[in-house]
Amino acid sequence: MDDATPQTPALEAIGIGKRFDTVIANQDVNLRIEKGQIHALLGENGAGKSTLVNILFGLYRADEGEVRVNGEPVRMDSPHDAIEHRIGMVHQHFQLVPVLTVAENIVLGNEPTRGRGLLDLDRAADEVTELAERFSLAIDPGATVEDLPVGMQQRVEILRALYRKADILILDEPTAVLTPQETDHLLEVLRGLAAEGVAIVFITHKLREVLAVADQVTVMRGGRVVGTTTPAETDQAGLAEMMVGRSVVLRVAKTEARPGAGVLEIRDLHVRDDRDRPAVDGLSLEVRSGEIFGIAGVDGNGQRELVEAMTGLRTIDAGAVLLDDTDITGCTPREISELGVAHVPEDREKHGLIGPHSIADNLVLNRYFRPPYARRGLRQHAAINSDAERLVTDYDIRTESIGAPARSLSGGNKQKVITARELSHGARLLVASQPTRGIDVGSIEFVHQQIVGQRDNGVAVLLVSAELDEILSLSDRIGVIFKGRLVAIADAGDIDRATIGRLMTAGSDAA
Amino acid sequence: MSFLTRYRWWIVTAAFFVAFTLFTAEFQQAQTTAVLAATLRQSTPLVLGALCGIMCERSGVINIGIEGQMLMSAFAGFIVASSTGDLLYGVAAGIACGMIMGAFLAFLSVTLQGDQIIAGTVLNIAAIGLTSFFFQQGRSLPTGKTSVMRFGALSDLPIVGRVFFTNRPLTYLTLLLVPVIWYALFRTTWGLRTRAVGEHPSAAETVGVSVVRIRYLNLILGGGLAGLGGAYLSLEAVGSFERLMTNGKGFVALAVMIFGRWNPVGAWGAALLFGYANAVQTQFQFRGWLADDPQFIGMMPFIVTIVVVAGFVGRARPPAAIGQPYSRE
Repeated sequence: MDDATPQTPALEAIGIGKRFDTVIANQDVNLRIEKGQIHALLGENGAGKSTLVNILFGLYRADEGEVRVNGEPVRMDSPHDAIEHRIGMVHQHFQLVPVLTVAENIVLGNEPTRGRGLLDLDRAADEVTELAERFSLAIDPGATVEDLPVGMQQRVEILRALYRKADILILDEPTAVLTPQETDHLLEVLRGLAAEGVAIVFITHKLREVLAVADQVTVMRGGRVVGTTTPAETDQAGLAEMMVGRSVVLRVAKTEARPGAGVLEIRDLHVRDDRDRPAVDGLSLEVRSGEIFGIAGVDGNGQRELVEAMTGLRTIDAGAVLLDDTDITGCTPREISELGVAHVPEDREKHGLIGPHSIADNLVLNRYFRPPYARRGLRQHAAINSDAERLVTDYDIRTESIGAPARSLSGGNKQKVITARELSHGARLLVASQPTRGIDVGSIEFVHQQIVGQRDNGVAVLLVSAELDEILSLSDRIGVIFKGRLVAIADAGDIDRATIGRLMTAGSDAA
Repeated sequence: MSFLTRYRWWIVTAAFFVAFTLFTAEFQQAQTTAVLAATLRQSTPLVLGALCGIMCERSGVINIGIEGQMLMSAFAGFIVASSTGDLLYGVAAGIACGMIMGAFLAFLSVTLQGDQIIAGTVLNIAAIGLTSFFFQQGRSLPTGKTSVMRFGALSDLPIVGRVFFTNRPLTYLTLLLVPVIWYALFRTTWGLRTRAVGEHPSAAETVGVSVVRIRYLNLILGGGLAGLGGAYLSLEAVGSFERLMTNGKGFVALAVMIFGRWNPVGAWGAALLFGYANAVQTQFQFRGWLADDPQFIGMMPFIVTIVVVAGFVGRARPPAAIGQPYSRE
């Protein structure tokens, strides 16, 4: 590396182009990553960030363009080539084998041996421990990965890249799954690595993190690079405008809540998870009409089980769920839906839509069985279709035809279909779980407006989200869930981000 | 204590068979010895088939074509041995045949990314068709089948000598292969990569392990094991080829693999159970007990299969990526 003068970038992409069938994912993309710098790659979902880094890591092959490492053009046909060039990647969906140990995952593909392919797992554990100490990323090398919390699993991914002596580290949406505290810690780790000379590519759509940690920012939109800037030259609004191509309202405009009578009451609820362990453990709450009650918490603290239990999808062990003083504990999902509970589920592909069925059919999923959509067991296509046409217009669902399969829609439009279906038949309670997960900024704006609009019409809203920003900007009251209980309930104005973060991770406010 | 609860079914099963055997040995030593010796013999093709299944499924590919691989290899081994007059060539031909079929399965399911169940079925149907078509009456092995290997005084011990030390070479080889493959799977880089590919192929790929290469390798090596099982049937167990002589052993081997929880040693234990059921069945027929209903006796091993797979297996967790073709983009 003698010829590597300070001006030679660690990693360079020149004129990268990539298309999938008819979709252009990347077009004439140029990117320049300097040694020892943190370079944020910013863009909406579908802007082409992931495609670009997958090309840089050899997972996809570029149709055109060139990748240079330390100034030398290189071929990237597989991750193997990327690793050869000391590029490491921390994937958005962790690429770890759940049933193997931390040490096994870290050394996989590069295993220390006693010769002739005999694994030396003791040496592997020692090497991992040593590496972990050097970068202050303490971890137990013998732990099985599936038993580790998400933040720890990410640490394993980082260590795995460092084990391969990566001096270029690509992180794909690393903070999407982390709590605020874990995020802060990660950003600190990244600064430390950059100080040691590691070049870091940091993909995100969270503007706050970009401004906090990046040395340089490249913004992508529609598969192209919009521009490169530095945090000093811009601010959140400026970055958002570059991302979306128009100015965006980041802060949801909403008026003071005017809560009415209680609509939903949950009393001492107990629910078990799929593995039969207690997930919701004595949770009580009340949501009044005309207010948004936000539940903040790290994923996996019982949110999913809570929502499934109150919408009739999961058996309730003990406790009661009351809707307007009617006990709906143990009712079927249809009975609950018919009583006026709208449900926007966490996993829209799995629980929100029937992918292969048409958009029109999906729009009447909660009422297809009753007039005017069905008479004497026969479906009434005229009524279904005219309803669908109206909803597609009202909710701005971008599609060529209401007969197209729901799975052909983008994430944001899928969410609009679900929202349209659930909110267009006079709900009294809206249960929205991760309503904006993985959808573009434009659709997020729309969904947020819908939720606030429902509140203003007197609907009670229970909002469950792992995005703390979403909870903070929408909620009138906030409950923090930890290990299946609400450890705090407060008016939105009376609780700050740091306090919620501590409650989410520790279950108490002891700093 | 946790050891006891974790392996309680194995312990109960093993204790039952030990007690039953001791009980029968008390008054009928000859039959007991015969049943135990037959247990080992009968379990051999099942162990080899199950080891093939483990190699394939641990890397994420379902192989329901083991039956076909064994049948074709039994045929190939027999033809080569009877034409050359050398059993060693026959065994080699059996292994090679299994490996070729394994490579074909890999081509269908890894390269073409076809449905693995259908690919395996192709092997089974092809084997039945081809071996039936080319089958000729009257061929025989000039040398006879493989001969018994004895270990001096050890072979003369009561029961143990007859059961463990008077077997034929492929049976010994199989007993050796069980620990060897267990060790390879859990203590070598190949084993770690195999398990990673079977659990989470894209994770393996991102650290530079080639999913395609591992799957090809395992399917071919596993095919060799199934081929050895086929050669065992025609060259060691029977001494000639018969139509459809595998008689479902390749499928029972899959049950053995599942009952053994994708672990070579577990599969070996499971194969002994099935071998035992088969040996008892043979002994019943040999003695003429329940002679009016031979089909009923013949059902025994299959009933054991159903009961065991349905009842005991319970929480067995197969490799997570099993049955899914892998592609990068």
